[in-house]
Amino acid sequence: MPKEVVYSAQIERLQILGPEGQLDESLAQGTLSDGDVKYLYEQMILCREFDEAAFKLQRSGRMGTFPQNKGQEAATLGAAKALRKGIDYIVPYYRENPAMFLHGLPMHYALLHWMGDERGNAIPANLSMNPICVAIGVQTLHAVGIAWAFKRRKEDRAVICFFGDGATSTGDFHEAMNFASILKVPVVFCCLNNQWAISTPCGNQCASETFAQKALAYGMPTVQADGNDLFAMYKVTKDAMERARAGGGPSFIEAVTYRLGDHTTADDARRYRPAGQLETALKADPIIRTRKYLEAKNLWDATQQAAAEKKAKGIVHDVIGVAEKMPPQSSDDIFDYMYEQLPTELQKQKQTLRTDSIGLDPTQIGLQPPKERDTTSGKPMNAE
Amino acid sequence: MAKLDLVAAINQALAQEMEADERVMLLGEDIGLNGGVFRVTDGLQKRFGPDRVVDSPLSESGIIGTSIGLAMAGMRPVPELQFEGFMGPAYDQIVNQAARCRSRTRGAFTCPLTIRVPVGGGIHAPELHSDSPEAVYVHTPGLKVVMPSRPYDAKGLLISAIRDPDPVIFFEPKRVYRAIKEEVPEESYTLPLGKAQVISEGSDLTMISWGAMVSVCLAALDQMPEEASVELIDLQTLSPLDVETITKSVCKTGRAVVVHEAPKTAGLGAEISSLIQEHCFLSLEAPVQRITGFDTSMPYYKLEKQYLPDEDRIISGVRDCLAY
Repeated sequence: MPKEVVYSAQIERLQILGPEGQLDESLAQGTLSDGDVKYLYEQMILCREFDEAAFKLQRSGRMGTFPQNKGQEAATLGAAKALRKGIDYIVPYYRENPAMFLHGLPMHYALLHWMGDERGNAIPANLSMNPICVAIGVQTLHAVGIAWAFKRRKEDRAVICFFGDGATSTGDFHEAMNFASILKVPVVFCCLNNQWAISTPCGNQCASETFAQKALAYGMPTVQADGNDLFAMYKVTKDAMERARAGGGPSFIEAVTYRLGDHTTADDARRYRPAGQLETALKADPIIRTRKYLEAKNLWDATQQAAAEKKAKGIVHDVIGVAEKMPPQSSDDIFDYMYEQLPTELQKQKQTLRTDSIGLDPTQIGLQPPKERDTTSGKPMNAE
Repeated sequence: MAKLDLVAAINQALAQEMEADERVMLLGEDIGLNGGVFRVTDGLQKRFGPDRVVDSPLSESGIIGTSIGLAMAGMRPVPELQFEGFMGPAYDQIVNQAARCRSRTRGAFTCPLTIRVPVGGGIHAPELHSDSPEAVYVHTPGLKVVMPSRPYDAKGLLISAIRDPDPVIFFEPKRVYRAIKEEVPEESYTLPLGKAQVISEGSDLTMISWGAMVSVCLAALDQMPEEASVELIDLQTLSPLDVETITKSVCKTGRAVVVHEAPKTAGLGAEISSLIQEHCFLSLEAPVQRITGFDTSMPYYKLEKQYLPDEDRIISGVRDCLAY
């Protein structure tokens, strides 16, 4: 047989909740209960409110650059709902606030990060997640390492790693996929394909028909899901996490969704987004879809909607208050977390921030013995 | 006491730390069945199994990136990068991820990993197998950088590095791997990171070096015993630098010569010179001499002898410094 097919594959796409809120009852079996959907819908409203408030904070100069999650709520929350809180582990990039909040991250942490305060990354020890990752693709390798540690210690835990379509162009993504499949570690790669990497459309990022098929080259189970469908996202993630925990190794999920906002508050998508695209995407907003479903099932009405929105506004208002009222970091904090034990040179540099003459005080460089500080003259210490 | 070369001393340190701490694991290219291209990890996979001594894919960023994940999740990975010339692909993970892990999370996460890297020239290796990039990593806050010059020190320093709670780059001078044999105690021991060692005391001039160059310095000094009383300092740890040992010595001798393989400009010798003028300005009798590699690409091995500082260059540098 000189020629034969040695490999062939296909990619499946899953949708359970259609664009008009219609549910495929048979595919939905064993997925989300009515209570789950209501809870997740309330979370979607809360996260959307958080996004809008964060946007305003940036515009009014109270916060730095912020990347909105807007439009990706179903993908992020549907996936996150399939994890066991405090056990399974989340490795996010920087647009997964909803998943992190669902698993217990105090909401003001996300604001602190974008307010330029590292304390937003100091994930409380009882939570099972990494902080936001700003560099693209690097976290995929960290996720594999964490999953590897779980496997080595025979812990019944799995990791989900979120990243965008742009990350699949990085070397680290491919190295992570390769390591994960060779080592058979319990990790789920969840690609949130929101169609854009800043201004680069996903068609310029990848020449294959789907992102999902990249996993085929690593011998990894892979699927494409409607990322605006809570049910589909929950189902594919649950299957993948269970496979991972059962020793079946890594899986890949491509969540097809849309970034309804700009890349970040520093971006203006009007410069590059084709006319009409946003309008079409707005009609497919996962929040609208989920609400249609709940209303059709008589699980939701206008009164509940108003109450949920009011509640969300109240929570976000309080969260902003907490973030803005944090006592400021001390200049010592620049130094104190560089090493477990601060080296001598850094101890000296730390002291320079306490004097009037940064780097110019002769006592800092050992030429003269330290002088008593003259607090009355108002002159800097090194003045003659 | 057994006489070990650098390879055997490092192998023993790795074995003892793996024995002592279940969290310690090794990963890298060809380190398992093959025992590493320099045989540093020889026999360890057989002894500790393929799950703890892991033959990784050919993937330097992958090796370091997964090691960071392992370290964040409570393991003590000791990844090997096969040659310093292959650190480039892992640079982002080392400098932008590992080194910042503790500070960007305000201590919520730490990254205790020890990256072993054979370093330097002098063994007739191919292109990109003979460089000395230590200054790049010394310039990176959040890392520690260690480079031993001989077997006894290597064992104690490596054990300290593995136990250190922060990321350490442990450079192993290839030229020393099989060149020096000395008595190394069988039992486990540590040597402190951040401490330089005064190899020989002297009163006329301080010579500062590290790694493979320390032996070259010793050989040069052996040729001029009558000319000067030289205090030779082996830095051992390059970050954090032991400023006190360096400056105390130079304030005493008034003259300093720094010897390193790496290119001259913005090399570690420049930082040491600057520290000396900050701390010893009024004691100096002569400008600090730097005897280093050139500001060129590391040549292929036909010319590496001309590139690397040798005994003659060191002797002439010392004489210039003394005669100033």
